[in-house]
Amino acid sequence: MRIFGLNRRIIRVLLGSQYAHMLEYRAEIALWALSGVLPFIMLSVWSGSDARSGLGLDGVALDRYFLSAFLVRQFSVVWVVYAFEEDALLGRLSPYLLQPLHPLWRYVAAHLGEQLTRLPFAALIAAVFFAVRPQAFWLPSLGGFLLAWLATWMAFAIAFLFQSLIAALCFWSEKASALERLQFIPFLFLSGLLAPLTAFPPVVRALAQWTPFPYLIDFPARVLAGQPVDLLAGFGAQLAWIALLLPLVLLLWRAGVRRYSAMGA
Amino acid sequence: MIQVEGLSKIYRVAEKQPGLAGTLRHFIRRRTRDVTAVQDVSFRIEPGEMVGFLGANGAGKTTTLKMLCGLIHPSAGEVQVAGHRPQRRQAEFLRRITLVMGQKQQLLWDLPPMDSLRVNAAVYGIPDAVARRRIKELADLLELGEELTRPVRKLSLGQRMKAELLAALLHEPEVLFLDEPTLGLDVNAQARVRQFLAEYNRRTGATVLLTSHYMADITALCPRVLLIHQGRLFHDGPLEALADQLAPEREVRLELESPISADDLAGLGRLEQLEGCDVRLLVPRDQLTAVVAQLLDRFPVRDLDVTDPPIEELIGGLFRQGRV
Repeated sequence: MRIFGLNRRIIRVLLGSQYAHMLEYRAEIALWALSGVLPFIMLSVWSGSDARSGLGLDGVALDRYFLSAFLVRQFSVVWVVYAFEEDALLGRLSPYLLQPLHPLWRYVAAHLGEQLTRLPFAALIAAVFFAVRPQAFWLPSLGGFLLAWLATWMAFAIAFLFQSLIAALCFWSEKASALERLQFIPFLFLSGLLAPLTAFPPVVRALAQWTPFPYLIDFPARVLAGQPVDLLAGFGAQLAWIALLLPLVLLLWRAGVRRYSAMGA
Repeated sequence: MIQVEGLSKIYRVAEKQPGLAGTLRHFIRRRTRDVTAVQDVSFRIEPGEMVGFLGANGAGKTTTLKMLCGLIHPSAGEVQVAGHRPQRRQAEFLRRITLVMGQKQQLLWDLPPMDSLRVNAAVYGIPDAVARRRIKELADLLELGEELTRPVRKLSLGQRMKAELLAALLHEPEVLFLDEPTLGLDVNAQARVRQFLAEYNRRTGATVLLTSHYMADITALCPRVLLIHQGRLFHDGPLEALADQLAPEREVRLELESPISADDLAGLGRLEQLEGCDVRLLVPRDQLTAVVAQLLDRFPVRDLDVTDPPIEELIGGLFRQGRV
């Protein structure tokens, strides 16, 4: 059976080839992994600040939160809009559109291949973190780990769909990635990357809950760190965002393809 | 196999004057104009035909090809390819066609072509054993061997183009749209690609619509040509008929025993070149026999050659003169 042109064999072959492709860029991907150390910088800022007490997290919990935020970010980072924009501008999209497979699957496979390549680098950075702060070391239970993995994967799905929505605008504007940059600031503040959401005033916190951002970092990071969190509400919100974004992406994509004029070809 | 009726495509393009003032005006009040890329084009192509698609840059060839394979929606007119409306891009239709663009590539740049071929085999649902057999057959025809296991970036342009062709034909499409498949290749590689396309057409009975800047591609492969200019179809028929239409004269080259003057050649066609003993004349086709007889009779001829002017010169000249 095929779902948007996809079946098990295609998944296996696409993932295999994209993983091999990403391995060719392993040095670059190692640098990307290193460039994602913002949570550790924020950890050092919060650790030395008097405002830390307002976060509701003690020293070890704060360490674990920011390490979890780093790991979740490593496996939910999305760059589909940039890849898509380049493919559309250079005319590489045309051959993809003429194959009986939705082109977005190729980008999904490329992201998963890249995540797999990142894995050892992210593990190494986590090992160095534990060497520096051994008191923060913990191993989540199997159930906790699986829940965190699911929450991270759903965070990736939301981020991917959200960026695909922006990418589909490339069919109308050749530089849709500018819109992606526009949402980066609210993402930084409301996702929990700079500070746990508990650091924000209740009004901001309440408003943030109505955006997808807290479910991209804060929620999965808390699940991974083993901190108290409303699992049902968190997963429910993640599912709702996926359910909202998926049809929007498919509709906008379909309308966009009608408009497509194979730029650069 | 391909039916096109009244096909047109109109693009809306933005117009901007140069300089800061032009930029500001463009920002405040964007001006656009409609550009007709293809206008009222109609033709039919039967199963198994190899048809050349000629035209200058910007004539509308690529736009037409893209409408035929479903990449672009027509502004007007009807297209049917293999019984499908291309713009709907149904999976069943996509399995029956392929588009090869000489300047674009679908192979993953950093991996060997074999990886991309495995992906294509999976995407088109070709069983592994069948895919292996087809890859071997096509690779033999294209004279590809160990190149299939070397990263694409390490291949020469010719090897890359052959690998692209292999990837595009793995699913055995019935209709091939080829846009400049030999662009940039050296003479040997061009000849190899031409041989391959002719053999593929003979073996599979595929229908081929081919654009090329190299007339040798067209003359070697396509008994029938479509000539498009400024979006309109100018000629649809045999290449020879196009040559007759474009060049009612034939070229006569003479090598004489001794020099003669231009006056001696008066009334024997149009003199194109006279350098010592070498003469080049253009003679109307209906007078050719009589003129050649007179030349042999009146002058000490060491060698005589009658040819058609090269078709690319004819078409090039045609476009330069704006005769179409």
